[in-house]
Amino acid sequence: MFLGRVIGNVWSTKKDENLVGAKFLIVRQIDLEMKDKDNFVVAVDSVGAGEGEVVLVATGSSSRQTNFTKDKPVDAVIMAIVDKLDISLKEYIEEHRLS
Amino acid sequence: MFLGKVIGNVWATQKYETLNSFKLLFVQPINGENQELGEPIIAVDTVGAGPGEKIFYITASEAVIPLPVDMAPVDASIVGIVDTINLSADR
Repeated sequence: MFLGRVIGNVWSTKKDENLVGAKFLIVRQIDLEMKDKDNFVVAVDSVGAGEGEVVLVATGSSSRQTNFTKDKPVDAVIMAIVDKLDISLKEYIEEHRLS
Repeated sequence: MFLGKVIGNVWATQKYETLNSFKLLFVQPINGENQELGEPIIAVDTVGAGPGEKIFYITASEAVIPLPVDMAPVDASIVGIVDTINLSADR
């Protein structure tokens, strides 16, 4: 899974009939310090995320493992809303100079 | 499967319903010589690993297999804690 921030949503009327009722959010990937990275994905929401929230996104065939996305043409799904990141390995923090 | 090092936890109250009892950990992929490879990922813990431990993890849809649920949107899970790694001298 990767970390991302919801930066918007996608409205679509004409789409695969299996996707009717899906909520599509645009998720920008972020790093451990919450800084934006360049890539983003359009992901189906399974937890009720909203704009600005930090979320976890599962990609690939694993994203079809929810009741809604089962057997549907989906390759990214939001599966958790992050409350807090806790990088607790001291040597890693020092090596990467994380704040 | 890949090698990694646990570097921290992710706290998430709101998760997909079947994931409620599982721990999410930050994993930094490493090679056999303990060098870091690429960016950290988030993986579901199925063995009780903690920060500082060297582990191995699986990715893609196979990551759901060790979880005792029918379906879970998980693309990486920790399946073992590494005790030792032996590399041959002439690799």
